[in-house]
Amino acid sequence: MSKTSAPAAPGSTLIGRHVNRRELFLGFLKVGLIGFGGTAPAAHHVIVEDRTWLSEREYASLLGIGQILPGANTVNIAVMIGDRFQGVSGACVSVIGLLAMPLVILVILASLYQHFATAPGVGAAITGTAAAAAGLVVGTALKMAWRLRPTRLAIVFGLITIAVIGGYRLPLVEAVAIIAPLSIGAAMWEHRARERMR
Amino acid sequence: MKNAMLWAIARTFVPLSLVAIGGANAILPGIHHQVVDRLGWMDSATFANLFAIAQAAPGPNALVVSLIGWHMAGLAGLLVASLAMFAPTSVMALAVGRLVKRMADVHLLQVIQAGLVPIAVGLMLASGIVITRAADRGWLTATITAATTWFVLRCNRNPLWALAGGALASIAAMWLGLAG
Repeated sequence: MSKTSAPAAPGSTLIGRHVNRRELFLGFLKVGLIGFGGTAPAAHHVIVEDRTWLSEREYASLLGIGQILPGANTVNIAVMIGDRFQGVSGACVSVIGLLAMPLVILVILASLYQHFATAPGVGAAITGTAAAAAGLVVGTALKMAWRLRPTRLAIVFGLITIAVIGGYRLPLVEAVAIIAPLSIGAAMWEHRARERMR
Repeated sequence: MKNAMLWAIARTFVPLSLVAIGGANAILPGIHHQVVDRLGWMDSATFANLFAIAQAAPGPNALVVSLIGWHMAGLAGLLVASLAMFAPTSVMALAVGRLVKRMADVHLLQVIQAGLVPIAVGLMLASGIVITRAADRGWLTATITAATTWFVLRCNRNPLWALAGGALASIAAMWLGLAG
């Protein structure tokens, strides 16, 4: 726990590796382009395997931080990696690189949809895609819940969240602002109890 | 009029972005509540369609917010919505990234993560419920949703296959006269 005995700070082993702004931009441009159906696998591939900017471990620790922060995980990772190599400007070019192509493709798709929405085949295709997209969200959530092997307290807080947001439809921002600190507090209590057991 | 819309877009998405633990798929119920129920910008079916388009495009799922901005106010709407969704959380990531590098207190991070993960998963399931209802047109869509849920749970293939499968099943059903 002591702060001085933690030389393995996320990113501290990056010293020596130099990545310029152009490389950051192009790398994240690639993440955005190949990141169909969620960018997490694409980001891992480009950052760790393709460009070897970070080791597996460094990436995992950055991902851990990116996941607990609000916002898109990959955007958070792009910010942190860009900042570590090139400061604020590096963070900016990384995020712009990441979002540029997806935004262009999105606008093209949306324009096509607006023009052809009335064509019967297009309507059916979109209806089917929407139903499938809903299944993706449900399936991914169930898979995560299954793989995480949650503690009893975690299950309780997960169920509270589902009930409050999905069931009673309470305002999301306020509800999360109340539940999140309680859940973190509970996790802290659980952590201390485990330490004491040892 | 247009400025009022841009302002409304920013005001709607900035607070939601700040609680999007685990990405935009956590806050779909909040987005749906705002743009469909409270502001009346679109009906539930259009919301489901925009979400489908955002899922079919590459990039973070949070781009559904950019697409809603585009739908409401064109290019300016797209830019404002994207900034509202990504700018505040990016500043936060920058600050936390630097802070963590210094203190490197991995234990505290792990405890915070342990507290937030169940909420992220719960939010995502709640999102699944809301988006399933929005996409619901009867037995066919219910079957497609159930099938893609199974697909995600059972195999690790690219989810784009599931989206394509849903589209094809729906078109086939239309041709066969099975569903309107």
